[in-house]
Amino acid sequence: MANPGSGSDIVPVDSSHGPQASAGTAVIAADAFENPGLPPHQQRVTDLDPKVDRRNERGVSLIFYLSIVFSIAAIAAYFAVPIVEDDPASVRLNNLFLGLAIAGALLSIGVGTVHWSKALMANHESVEARHPTRGSEATRARAVEVFDLADKESGFGRRALLRNSLIGALVAVPLPAIFLFRDLAPKSNDPAGMLAHTMWKEGTRLARDPYGTPIKASEVTLGSVFHVIPEDLEEAEHKLEEKAKAAVLLMRLKPEDLNVSAGRETWNYDGIVAYSKICTHVGCPVALYEQQTHHLLCPCHQSQFDIKNEAAVIFGPAKRPLPQLPITVDSEGYLVAQSDFHEPVGPSYWERRGDYDV
Amino acid sequence: MSSPRRRPSRRRGRRSPLATIALIALGLVFTGSGYAAFSAVSAGDTAVAVSQESVERGQKLFAANCATCHGMSLEGTEAGPTLIGVGAASVDFQVGTGRMPLANTGPQAPEKPNLFSEEDVQAMADYVASVSPGPGLPEEEYLQTTGDATRGAELFRINCAMCHNVAGAGGALTEGKYAPSLKGTSAKHIYEAMVTGPQNMPVFSDANLTPEDKRDIITALKYQEETPAPGGFELGALGPVAEGLFAWIFGLGAIVALTVWITARAN
Repeated sequence: MANPGSGSDIVPVDSSHGPQASAGTAVIAADAFENPGLPPHQQRVTDLDPKVDRRNERGVSLIFYLSIVFSIAAIAAYFAVPIVEDDPASVRLNNLFLGLAIAGALLSIGVGTVHWSKALMANHESVEARHPTRGSEATRARAVEVFDLADKESGFGRRALLRNSLIGALVAVPLPAIFLFRDLAPKSNDPAGMLAHTMWKEGTRLARDPYGTPIKASEVTLGSVFHVIPEDLEEAEHKLEEKAKAAVLLMRLKPEDLNVSAGRETWNYDGIVAYSKICTHVGCPVALYEQQTHHLLCPCHQSQFDIKNEAAVIFGPAKRPLPQLPITVDSEGYLVAQSDFHEPVGPSYWERRGDYDV
Repeated sequence: MSSPRRRPSRRRGRRSPLATIALIALGLVFTGSGYAAFSAVSAGDTAVAVSQESVERGQKLFAANCATCHGMSLEGTEAGPTLIGVGAASVDFQVGTGRMPLANTGPQAPEKPNLFSEEDVQAMADYVASVSPGPGLPEEEYLQTTGDATRGAELFRINCAMCHNVAGAGGALTEGKYAPSLKGTSAKHIYEAMVTGPQNMPVFSDANLTPEDKRDIITALKYQEETPAPGGFELGALGPVAEGLFAWIFGLGAIVALTVWITARAN
């Protein structure tokens, strides 16, 4: 197909189906325009002038030498700008020079290769026509023949016992995986039950995150917000899993600002309310509290909850209010939970019932 | 040293090198024996004497600059909240960072150049604090960056980072409100913001974050500010938005340019 210097007589690689037959269209429209064909092939400067050819050859080899220089520079930079312990700034310089040098080495190889192929490798153009997707009649007939022959010789269609037992064996192969993966589930074998409960229980003190110091009701002033964990979180077997469910946000509002629904009258203590920090949308920590509007904002998808109205959703993709933790004070004045949450915290899951008493 | 001679010289005395002596003498003579005992204790501390001056000056400044919205006696109006009980820390933060006086109403008072001198701010703070007590100015020892930066960074991540960004670069809130960047904010103003909870920021009283906790947080913030980012360009430290935009424009731009060059015809 090499036709250097003459673009007009280029022949498509596969011309057996005629130039009009398009594989993608059922109807062949009459083309109003004449096919202008390919532009005439032009010789490159390097094809015409041996001196330029030599110069380009040197240029490409120079780029490859440059790559070698960069590679050596990368090694030099590694030792010249070492990573010093306890000095994060040294990591930056080390990575910067190392990265620049390695990038330069790789890029030089790439640029050199592309330049070589563009300026110096054989210069001819070829056209490969698009193949029709449908095979020829003869090919199709031959394929059917091959299948028939295979069926006949193997007895796959005739020996039903063999065939069916093979299918049965193949179906049985993935079965162990089901048991293997099932064993990755929590040991209690009741993941839904674990999602529905947190470690809050009657009398658990509310404590500051992260140091676990208990909070007195008198310390929670108006407009303040406390990030709360259960006081006994440190003793939990899976601390992070428990924290991910039990994290609570504690706020104090003026009691008259709170709209309390029937059945929840005793859940706040003198305007101090505790709500789950886990967004009911996909479980991000909802902690952006605006103390004047009493709105909570989830930073992930901008769900907003109104603390004045029991964390009702006022904007965003969340569907349920944040669950409220019923709280009171113990004999020493520390805030304690009255019970666990009355509904599962966090996002929906398959087994979550819609009828929790909220 | 008779009182009739001393009395008219009071204004001048404040400026003279003999001010302290003059004040002691004046305090004893001027106010009579009943007041003398108190005066003798506090006269050595010029700040107290200046404070009274300062309160009067603060009252005038307040009447001229703040009372339109906050009321002549701090009671608040339709346009502005009451300032009873906000304390000196709140005034120093709001006026010291230029947030007050408010230039125009909006979702949030923005930080802008502070038009008052340090003495003027102090005077207004003294006046507001004299009307009713509230959180005072932070003590110098808790504004030092000598705390535990590791502990401070942990407290910052738990209590502050969700709004102010983990690098203190600030972030958006709802309906035009935002948590401002903490870069370049003075230790005093950071401390005062935690104590007073300006605008929609919650209050972090000493019962929640102790003064030592606050000092550690300030230490962590200042450490972050002064230490060059190990990751190179911060791009505003805004996370995936800024970094993604950079990658799209410059990374993809470079790829497109290379592709154009590879497929261009050689001459």
